[in-house]
Amino acid sequence: MSTKAATAVFDLDRPWCLDERVAVRPEPFGALLYHFGTRRLTFLKDPMVLAVVRSLAEHPDARSACESAGVTARALPAYQQALATLAGSLMIRERDGR
Amino acid sequence: MSSPLPLVEQFQHGLAAPICLTWELTYACNLSCVHCLSSSGRRDPRELTTAQCKALIDEFERMQVFYVNVGGGEPTVRPDFWELVDYAVAHRVGVKFSTNGIRITPEVARRLAGSDYVDVQISLDGATERVNDAVRGAGSYRTALRAMRTLAAAGFDGFKLSVVVTRQNAGQLDDFAALADEHGAQLRLTRLRPAGRGADVWDELHPTSAQQRAVYDWLVSRGENVLTGDSFFHLAGYGQALPGLNLCGAGRVVCLVDPVGDVYACPFAIHESFLAGNVRGDGGFTRVWRESELFADLRRPQSGGACASCSAFDACRGGCMAAKFFTGLPLDGPDPECVLGHGEAALAAVGGAGGQTLPRPTPDHSRLPRQSSPVPVTIGRRRPPSRSCDEDPLAGFVPRAG
Repeated sequence: MSTKAATAVFDLDRPWCLDERVAVRPEPFGALLYHFGTRRLTFLKDPMVLAVVRSLAEHPDARSACESAGVTARALPAYQQALATLAGSLMIRERDGR
Repeated sequence: MSSPLPLVEQFQHGLAAPICLTWELTYACNLSCVHCLSSSGRRDPRELTTAQCKALIDEFERMQVFYVNVGGGEPTVRPDFWELVDYAVAHRVGVKFSTNGIRITPEVARRLAGSDYVDVQISLDGATERVNDAVRGAGSYRTALRAMRTLAAAGFDGFKLSVVVTRQNAGQLDDFAALADEHGAQLRLTRLRPAGRGADVWDELHPTSAQQRAVYDWLVSRGENVLTGDSFFHLAGYGQALPGLNLCGAGRVVCLVDPVGDVYACPFAIHESFLAGNVRGDGGFTRVWRESELFADLRRPQSGGACASCSAFDACRGGCMAAKFFTGLPLDGPDPECVLGHGEAALAAVGGAGGQTLPRPTPDHSRLPRQSSPVPVTIGRRRPPSRSCDEDPLAGFVPRAG
């Protein structure tokens, strides 16, 4: 994963979704994500991150997607960081039409 | 947030579908590169039909194979090539195809430039006409450069310039990078394997150990800006690993489907010892990938063999299986190009490459009869027949055991 934008703060209170050009393939260890536009592959090693990423579009904001996937308040910063990395590599993007 | 095992170890147990699948569409080729991995030249009459190719793409879609690396032979000489590309894209299977550039017209380039799902690799093995054409054949440098100009003019940003590093071009890396920059392309360097016809010329073409060190340093300095297809992981023994997974992915994350539908563990291992099955069999490609005995075997933990006690083993993991196999080295020993020099010692111990009966790459679709012993490469000239009778279709024919 690109780490360039990973240091940027990820806004948990905005609506997010998986980019349309990204395919997700479940694997025993988590999932593989492939972006057809950037031609980049990313590995998700944590099934809960996968659950969050897949449900982003169904929630008004990323925070509620994390909560309903079962992410605890204590674990939230780590998930925020993981989402920031995914946003930095364009795998997920902010949703329009709020 | 952490998985129970490092990712590399997870990968060694295999994946639901390959990450990097190479599909060679035809053995037909307008060129006769001396180091061709697939010994291509003539089309095989048993090659998959258009309908069979489409059925295979359907299977890739079901398995969620994100993209296929299409090669050959020269894939674009198949009359249904663009039809198959369109079909794959319509089924969300991306296509990265390797070509010598022969069919890249302005019209084709405009179509390709418009798709996120298609990527192109132009093969070039010399930054100068002389070095390239000695290996790839007369006129091939001009064809590749014309294709690069055509792609650039059509606005295809970031296509790949794909180079196999050899003793003859290892000093041209900066020139290749400049050539890529000039055309808005990205440079991709890969390792010369002693596979296919490459087995015949490996002794003359593979980089010296000093060159190999220089290539490694150059790649480290370029970081992720130069692609390598993970092919130099045996150089991780120098210290810092290069970007990539750094493991032999054969049968674990990588495999090859050849033009007749045979599935091999990797593109550099076209030999019956690494044949896992055929896509036309019951259960198709999916069953071969998930259930073949060969792949199950490759996914079991491998012993380091003679390398297990080496301090670099965790970095290089013994190197490339195919490179060992075709140079006659044991699969659980050092790579022939081991950075600590253990490969040279091992080659000497087995009598040196060519000094014994080496496994012959199979099958062979070369247009000229294959030589049975290493052939010196003469820079600036096409490889001449060693004797006039070598033009006879049976000249040099050696029946192969097994």
